[in-house]
Amino acid sequence: MISFENLILITLLSPLLVCLITPLLSSKPILRDILGPLGGIISSWGAIQLMASILNGEQPRLELLQIAEGISISFVVTPLGAIFGLVASVLWIFAAIYSVGYMRGNKEKNQTRFYIFYAMAVHAALCIAYAGDLLTLFIFYEVLTFSTYPLVTHKQNEMAQKAGRLYMSILVGTSVILLLPAIIWVWVVTGSLEMSQNGVLDGKMNPKYAPYLLAMFVFGIGKAALMPIHKWLPAAMVAPTPVSALLHAVAVVKAGVFTMLLILTNVFGIDFLSKTGASNWLVWLASFTLLTTSIIAIYKDDIKARLAYSTISQLSYITLGGALASSMATQGATLHIITHAAGKITLFFVAGAIYVGAKMSKISELNGHGKSMPLIFLAFFVGSLSIIGVPPMGGSWSKFFLMLGAAESGYITVIAVFCISTILNAYYLMEIPARAFFFKKEREVKIKIPILITIPTLITCFLTILLFFFIEPFENLTSIMVNKL
Amino acid sequence: MTDILIKNLPILVVLCPLMMSLIVVLIPNIFLSWLLTFASTFVAFIFSILLYQEVQIHSTISYALGNWAPPLGIEYVIDKVSIFPIIIITLIGFLTTIFSSKMMPDEINETSISKVYSLWLLAIAGLIGLVTTGDAFNLFVFLEISSLASVALVAMGAQKDKQALVAAYNYLIIGAVGASLYVIGVGLLYGITGTLNMADLSERVVDLKNNKALIAGFGFMIVGIMVKAAVFPMHIWLPRAYAYAPSAVSVLLAATATKASLYILARILFSVFDIADNLIINTLSYIILPLSIIAMFAGTIMAVYEKDIKRLLAHSSVAQIGYITLAFAIGTKASVAAGFIHMFNHALIKGALFMAITSISFYIQKRVTLSNLSGLGRAMPITFFCFVICSLSLAGLPLTAGFISKLYLIKASISADGLWIAILILFSSALSVIYLWKMIEALWLQQPRKEIIIKENPTIYISLLIITFLNIYFGLDASFVVDSSTEAAEKLVGVSK
Repeated sequence: MISFENLILITLLSPLLVCLITPLLSSKPILRDILGPLGGIISSWGAIQLMASILNGEQPRLELLQIAEGISISFVVTPLGAIFGLVASVLWIFAAIYSVGYMRGNKEKNQTRFYIFYAMAVHAALCIAYAGDLLTLFIFYEVLTFSTYPLVTHKQNEMAQKAGRLYMSILVGTSVILLLPAIIWVWVVTGSLEMSQNGVLDGKMNPKYAPYLLAMFVFGIGKAALMPIHKWLPAAMVAPTPVSALLHAVAVVKAGVFTMLLILTNVFGIDFLSKTGASNWLVWLASFTLLTTSIIAIYKDDIKARLAYSTISQLSYITLGGALASSMATQGATLHIITHAAGKITLFFVAGAIYVGAKMSKISELNGHGKSMPLIFLAFFVGSLSIIGVPPMGGSWSKFFLMLGAAESGYITVIAVFCISTILNAYYLMEIPARAFFFKKEREVKIKIPILITIPTLITCFLTILLFFFIEPFENLTSIMVNKL
Repeated sequence: MTDILIKNLPILVVLCPLMMSLIVVLIPNIFLSWLLTFASTFVAFIFSILLYQEVQIHSTISYALGNWAPPLGIEYVIDKVSIFPIIIITLIGFLTTIFSSKMMPDEINETSISKVYSLWLLAIAGLIGLVTTGDAFNLFVFLEISSLASVALVAMGAQKDKQALVAAYNYLIIGAVGASLYVIGVGLLYGITGTLNMADLSERVVDLKNNKALIAGFGFMIVGIMVKAAVFPMHIWLPRAYAYAPSAVSVLLAATATKASLYILARILFSVFDIADNLIINTLSYIILPLSIIAMFAGTIMAVYEKDIKRLLAHSSVAQIGYITLAFAIGTKASVAAGFIHMFNHALIKGALFMAITSISFYIQKRVTLSNLSGLGRAMPITFFCFVICSLSLAGLPLTAGFISKLYLIKASISADGLWIAILILFSSALSVIYLWKMIEALWLQQPRKEIIIKENPTIYISLLIITFLNIYFGLDASFVVDSSTEAAEKLVGVSK
């Protein structure tokens, strides 16, 4: 039996080790490329063990180092963190395999550097998942931003430079100007950086100020991509597709909404929020973002841009779930982290596959190519269904819970928002397989999709279906989170 | 033997570089004069470590110069406050001396090198003396020793760029004005209190509340020191002096010179005078606080629009000095501690950044501007790596020393009910990311105009690596800096505040 401390260390350090060993193997591409998936397997094994321990009612924790009195880097596995950690590490396995196929198929330069920062970003995401206090959370939040910068600007051309500038200025700017003082505000008010399952602010903070503090958090967490600070996400799409897939559909953005949920539940606390109504405005902001970005997505012809706006919209589901301040909605929001991750990574994998295999990146070019790449488009279809929330795909559960939560907290309009957005989702996502399968082919294209791209795509597609049938452990975790068990 | 050594440490730490400067000037050999300089700065550093340990045991060491008991004789005081800048100065002095070994022969004539090292040691000795002395007039003497030596050092830059003469002249005149203001202030205080010993002064000024001469004297002293510390708007000598001084001199000055004066400022504000006094409260909240906030933004904005990198870093120093004086201006124990923390960390950060930039200028044999940084990151990976780490540290990114400063500064201002100050601080530090990012982008993303092959020199990057390592180390284990700053603040402001 491995102690919990070591389990946390194994989960966190395996991506870091991959990051450190990769440069040593730059002359042996095969060994170097095996490292990623290997690290992913070890890391997810650890993440699964940690999740099991949470289900057994334990709470693994690890104090890593003390920076100064009252400030330390510490890790605690919470139910929410266990879920995010599992999602990030398991999907890393497939994304790592996929990136090998993509980077080779696309003959990208500087592959070693790419893998170094890729692993580093995963490491940062996992550290965020298991962050034991607010400062650790903030530290790795920033590490994640900085480790993804070389990935976003991987092409090192002018467009990448512009996108990189926008990416950094929004993410770093918001986090430094708003998130950091918000964290320190909590520190000053409560006297510690710790979080707890029911929130730490109740009775310590004047409810009058709570909405302002919440606003500092909400706009400080740029990674959650709420309007008007969502622009970095479409900009980040200049990165190679494996980055968009794992980082800008899973690790980075989920780190954002994860932080948001953690702040809403473990700093403010659901009871405090519903008692004071501090998050009412957030419900409307999230609903607005959710609908607006869905509409913008319809007008995007670039596949990755459309997926990016769809991601922003889906992230707002999660923020909205937290802001509704009901236990059911929080459960739904948490489940949505998993189901959306599996679905969206599949969609990005497909976008990359089409780019590598057929050199196409516009939706209008896809007409009639469904028959030449049937598996790929099938995967897209299944992934889309999951995002839309059709059974038997995993996505249906989270939407179900979210709607129940909206009803529980009495926001009937929000239920309508969910319904409208579902229609919009269906509209802009289904266009892609529809064009591929039912439209007439305009021109012949030579198609060659590497096997290392197809396999991970099919696996993640299969995961979205599996999630429908095996949602129970995750649901139990969320129940622990909201104190139902 | 060791007893005598320990007993005389407060004077030895000053004498060691001071005496050596007189010897070095006589030695014609470049290497030998460097070696002696290195040896004496290293010994001074060891002495300061020993002093630190002594201070941990005895808390305050008082040394009567020439056995003339204070307050009549000159007293050297090493306590938990003054040990902190001593460590900064000796540490940086020793690291920059290593750094200078390759840079000096590149920029200075062979014949003048030993003179430069002599001035170099004189400047270091002056700064250490400034901090150790407990006598207001002796402080003036050391202030002048260090300033005149620095002026001469800056002027040595003229062998490469004639602009250095203008810079040195500016520095000389403005510095002399500052010093005379200070000495007028000391004179007034001496006239009404009859003492020059600072501890003694602090006891006597208590009875003289609202005395006009006292207020005038205080004003003269403070303004004089603020000129030396380059507090906005009295900073105009600084950008030029830093920009045109020889490489190693820029590093030394940027990392240490203003720190010593800032320390003196804190000492006068909190230790000679009393924080509870209305005079101090008004000075802090109506003069220093607004000036610091303007400095934070003015310095940063000037840096954003600057193309010459050394000047850019100098402007950024003005902003960073603003953070430190801002911390003093808030005037709580936590904030003064934050000021001291940032004093230490900023010495490390700015020292490292100047080292990185001047070594780039050494490699390409040109002044470094934004446009000729293009693509150099790939040609010199080690220097680039250190530069990035230290830039992030300046911007206050987590896991670096700069983050610790920001964290404590923000916490102190929020605890003192100054959420708006905290937001302003963060806003200006977010602005600072703009100029840092411009440099990193130029180094990393832009294509070089022609293929550049550069072999990085270990004697140059070793000190850069050490100081970069310190930037990370003090970001991960800040207990030394935080604890000693808190102790220093406790001593200055009192435990209660």
